[in-house]
Amino acid sequence: MISAVFEYSFLQNAFASGLVIGIIAPMLGLFIVVRRLSLIADALSHVTLAGIAGSLYLSQSFLSLASLNPIYLGIGSSVAGSLLIGRLRETYKSYEELAIPIIMSGGIAVGAIFISLAQGFSSDLMGYLFGSVSAVGRGDLVTIVLVGVVTAAFIGLAYKELFTISFDPEYSRAQGLSMKRINFWFMIVTALVVASSMRVVGILLVSSLMTLPVAAAMQVAKGFRQALIWSVVFGELSVIGGLFSAFHLDIAPGGTIVVISVLILLIIMGFKRLRPRARAIQTGGDSA
Amino acid sequence: MPDVLIELEDVSYRYGDETALEHVSLQVRKGEFWAVIGPNGSGKSTLIKLILGLIAPQTGQVQLFGKPVGTFRNKERIGYVSQKSNAFNSAFPATVSEVVKSGLVKKTGMFRRYPEDADEKVMRALDAVGMAEYAGRSIGRLSGGQQQRVFIARALISGPELLILDEPTVGIDREHMESFYDMLGRLNREKSIAILLVTHDVDTVSELVTHVACVNRSIHFHGPQEEYNRREERIRNDWYGHPVRRIRHPKGEGEK
Repeated sequence: MISAVFEYSFLQNAFASGLVIGIIAPMLGLFIVVRRLSLIADALSHVTLAGIAGSLYLSQSFLSLASLNPIYLGIGSSVAGSLLIGRLRETYKSYEELAIPIIMSGGIAVGAIFISLAQGFSSDLMGYLFGSVSAVGRGDLVTIVLVGVVTAAFIGLAYKELFTISFDPEYSRAQGLSMKRINFWFMIVTALVVASSMRVVGILLVSSLMTLPVAAAMQVAKGFRQALIWSVVFGELSVIGGLFSAFHLDIAPGGTIVVISVLILLIIMGFKRLRPRARAIQTGGDSA
Repeated sequence: MPDVLIELEDVSYRYGDETALEHVSLQVRKGEFWAVIGPNGSGKSTLIKLILGLIAPQTGQVQLFGKPVGTFRNKERIGYVSQKSNAFNSAFPATVSEVVKSGLVKKTGMFRRYPEDADEKVMRALDAVGMAEYAGRSIGRLSGGQQQRVFIARALISGPELLILDEPTVGIDREHMESFYDMLGRLNREKSIAILLVTHDVDTVSELVTHVACVNRSIHFHGPQEEYNRREERIRNDWYGHPVRRIRHPKGEGEK
């Protein structure tokens, strides 16, 4: 498999994209999880589906748009969806969670309309829904790397503000932090990560890559910085392992990446359950 | 540097048609320790929000360090511990040291890294509240009283001249509450930090603070603690609008 990565450019694209996504998705995912916004990634991925389906429909209907890369319209619709979520959360302050089903169902509805109009998209759409090892092109890789740089720069620069807002929003307001501005950029960056990750992990499973490695990291980390590091480690393990297995089994990588993430989480949870027992047995043995 | 840290001048605030506070005037000076006391729904938390600039008064004006609160930018000069501080998610993956360090966020400036001596400052702030040995612990695993000390350390780390505490002892048992108040007294005396403490616990704090303000939609009394103690019964009756019997805590001097 490693030799195949060097041999085929499509595998290089998939692995390079996977490595970037394995870092940025869980890194941003940590802030999403601790702010209890996990479902936002799901809502945005469904809005991305609308953009992808729209782009595929346009490519099918107009010859001049045949070469249009669906990732661009996917990113555009995801960013628009994130702004709409922000606006809805402001409008329904006491029922902020309402924004999620509104945007999610809206995204699925628009996607379904485009898919029906085009009378199906064959295997193209399956690649976007569950990810693909072979379909990641050079253009996708460049977009994903750019999104990776923007995301890493945003988290690097706004780390202390993001931490403070996540931990104690009221204190952040009292300190005069510009929460509106930070939240605005946070939503934009989330939309970019969701839309760009779908090429590798798939629209339907992208939110898992933002939450499962974080869930595992929170079991082992003692602090926030440690949780961030472990999230990235588990994210990378899942993506690399998932891409290798998908290539060998000739299946969609979205499923294998998420199954490996779940396995990592289960192993850590099992280990945490067993450790106190092992310690108790050891202590009992020692005292005897 | 102005001597007056907080100044409210004829401030009124309404939530819709309901008046929360009216015609409130108050001055807090350097080194003073104020207790703001009042029954539930009396407007104490609204008063704090007005002082912090989280809401704007419909009439009157609020000044911090001699500047209108809306234009006051040096929020690091004020340490704040909210009523809800210890209502955070206890599974939040953060160490005590990370939480305290976040108190430097405003002083450091947007999109800048924490200063190099940030860890030293964290330890000094934790030391001031007797929590230095807990620096590496997870914040969610501490008791309510310990968590409140950590939040005081977070408020202290930026070297504030004024500490605002909104009912910080909610959910803390009596024994820890007393040592918590002792710590506040020390901070006020030894570090000359002015303190504005919103509390229900009139009994304990009236002997600790230098000034008292009694709030119930307006300020019914504000002045030195000695005067409050001298006129306590009359102030209470006027404040609540009917005679009030004071019940002391079991560890106090008995019932009046």
